[in-house]
Amino acid sequence: MQSLTNRAKLLEKKPMTLAERAYLPAIFQGLTITMRHFLRAMRKQQLTIRYPEETRPFSPVFRGLHVLKRDEAGRERCTACGLCAVACPAEAITMVAGERLKGEANLYREEKYAVSYEINMLRCIFCGLCEEACPKAAIYLQADKMAPPRYERDEFIYGKDRLVEPTDPAKRSKRGIQLTDEQATKLSGQLQPA
Amino acid sequence: MAKVTFDGIEVEVPDGTTILNAARIIGGGIVPPAMCYYTPLKGSGGKCRACLVRVAAGSAKDPRPMPKLVASCITPVQDGMVVENTTSEQVLDVRKGIVEMLLINHPLDCPVCDQAGECDLQNFAFEHGVSTTRYEEERRTFEKIDIGPYIQLHMTRCILCYRCVYTADQLTEARVHGVLGRGDASEIGTYIENTISNDFSGNVIDVCPVGALTDKTYRFKQRVWFTKPVNAHRDCQHEKCNGRVTLWYKGQDVMRVTARKDEYGEVKEWICNECRFEKKETADWVIEGPAHIDRSSVIAQNHYELPVVNAQIIADLPESTMRELALNPPLKLGGLNG
Repeated sequence: MQSLTNRAKLLEKKPMTLAERAYLPAIFQGLTITMRHFLRAMRKQQLTIRYPEETRPFSPVFRGLHVLKRDEAGRERCTACGLCAVACPAEAITMVAGERLKGEANLYREEKYAVSYEINMLRCIFCGLCEEACPKAAIYLQADKMAPPRYERDEFIYGKDRLVEPTDPAKRSKRGIQLTDEQATKLSGQLQPA
Repeated sequence: MAKVTFDGIEVEVPDGTTILNAARIIGGGIVPPAMCYYTPLKGSGGKCRACLVRVAAGSAKDPRPMPKLVASCITPVQDGMVVENTTSEQVLDVRKGIVEMLLINHPLDCPVCDQAGECDLQNFAFEHGVSTTRYEEERRTFEKIDIGPYIQLHMTRCILCYRCVYTADQLTEARVHGVLGRGDASEIGTYIENTISNDFSGNVIDVCPVGALTDKTYRFKQRVWFTKPVNAHRDCQHEKCNGRVTLWYKGQDVMRVTARKDEYGEVKEWICNECRFEKKETADWVIEGPAHIDRSSVIAQNHYELPVVNAQIIADLPESTMRELALNPPLKLGGLNG
């Protein structure tokens, strides 16, 4: 059959070598890897960490919790253009746009702004397409934050109150995951050394 | 009748047809873009230069090429004419320049603009332009003018295609708006800020290729690509309006009402202001079915319509599909841009 594209590659089926047919060398190779990991685990005392107090290092390209940025003057950058929502493969983003009123020029950068902006973190797959689509450099996936566990489903719908970064630059957290106060106290209580 | 060769495709058209319309008879990807020409409006065209083509041979009698690129929307064909559009490097290169010229004073506020997603200039720039700008000077600005409760005028976005002026001229008895000023300072104005109150004034929204004239009742309500177009009609009392429109739904709500447009973005039938602005309930309308949206359009996202079916090819179509197709004639088979 003639292929439709020129990208298809024909695979050749090679006959197995003697070592492959003998079966045992591959078994021993596998067992060696298992034993190596076993011995390494025996030498070290602990393999787990005390998350969330302790965290493993994040990759610099990690895509974590979203943030809606402000500009140099502290105004919201988002103009509710809807490009993030249309780019979102999981359809996790919804927004309602509104017109900026007189006297709000110090709050919103453009004539139009997002009255509400919600991301459903249960739907979100953290692919970063919203970040790529944003023409206003408003939405970013932070490399050092994750969407923390919650008890209720509706707690995963993040509104503007949790997405927009604080006005005060000092209050904008640089590291770690976001815990509610309640969660923090609960966890610290559980992790007290006995 | 005149025989014209357009991009190597021969077509026979009546005398007096423009090159652009001859190309539209062929259809598909070879049709030159048009920003100012509008078939229903007499006298439109020849302003934006988006449709420039190269005439490689003037006619059978005089086969010399035309010295300059010509605007295909206002140049009539001649027998034996050979036209190059997509096959000519020169035309494609000039078109990049045209995009740049049209965008010189355009604010590029697409994220804010309600026209984004169905904007001719956006499509034109996306298909033919370059993604960078060389313009560093201040873009022109205008004082905001309120032209009534229905229509929002953003003069900064205007590309001076004159379509709205022709619409106001030809559709209404009393002309209330026109182009004031000259050159860089020209602007669409309604003398002494008259509000546009004619029954058909809303049609200037549909003819505007950019976001200069937009629906005030739809302002910032939804992005176009989140709404679903549905064809509908109602028994309109206005003698000139027959109430055949497209409703744009978001969920259960009619977000806005527009006239139906063909594949070149041209209005099929003008609609009155009552249909456009006052009737925003589903109960006001008789729904016909989803409106056809071009596959390449961003509005086609999550938009479902009857499949394009060539019933002659598929022998054993289910009975139910045949019935559906009989009720709703199948959509035009997709060509290069369909």
